[in-house]
Amino acid sequence: MTPQELENLAHLRRARDLIDREYAKPLDVPIMARRALMSPAHFSRRFRAAYGETPYSSLMTRRIERAMASLRAGVSVTDACMEVGCTSLGSFSSRFAEIVGDTPTAYRSHEHDAVKAMPACVAKTQTRPVRNASSRIGEATRGAAA
Amino acid sequence: MTIALQYCHITVNDVDESIAFYGDALGLQVRNDVASDGFRWVTLGSDAQPGLEIVLSVPHAGRSQADGDALQELLTKGVLPMTVFRSDDVDATFETVRASGAEVLQEPIDQSWGPRDCAFRDPSGNTVRIAQAPAA
Repeated sequence: MTPQELENLAHLRRARDLIDREYAKPLDVPIMARRALMSPAHFSRRFRAAYGETPYSSLMTRRIERAMASLRAGVSVTDACMEVGCTSLGSFSSRFAEIVGDTPTAYRSHEHDAVKAMPACVAKTQTRPVRNASSRIGEATRGAAA
Repeated sequence: MTIALQYCHITVNDVDESIAFYGDALGLQVRNDVASDGFRWVTLGSDAQPGLEIVLSVPHAGRSQADGDALQELLTKGVLPMTVFRSDDVDATFETVRASGAEVLQEPIDQSWGPRDCAFRDPSGNTVRIAQAPAA
């Protein structure tokens, strides 16, 4: 990789760290792109190439992951939605269902023994939902199963 | 028979800027500096934990160009596994490391699962978390 490519990748990382850190604030793509020192359109393309999902999608994945933790802890669906920076309960719920495969209400009522058994800092990364599983190992497994 | 952890390898893009981070900012001491084939392996340790050292090396050291490139990309993207240190005064350590200009990931907070901790990126993109050591 050229020094320039490495530098750009580091800028993208800083934008991703911003998403992970400030997910509860009203972030939008122009704010994220500014952190990466890129134009919004260029930033979105480069971010997706590096991390496998668009910046906005990455933000929503982070929010849903944090909402999952709150729901597991017994927080109400409305409070979990507001806590993570989503302002519309309807779009939060449909995004949640799309990513998790279950409605927030149903997810909240499930048992979460395996997650409770992990240290919370491990659970934080292990329970992060994966939208388009990009692992080559996973692809090989799915390929073999098909 | 006893078993103990001796070396923990951390891949970095630039050994010297990483010595500034792990040594000058974080407070570890350089124990060893070995060069081979144009690459360097530098170890740092702490008197608080004699016998345990971190080993700094660059992605392409001892690897093919393709493997080195792949590792360097993951490193710079910030997705390699993190390292966790502990300090007897996490707030003071945080201020020292922040003053060095390191990228802050998280200010010191009391985590819901117990410890008080903070987190930084090292100059290459590794996550370095620092936890408060339990009172003796």
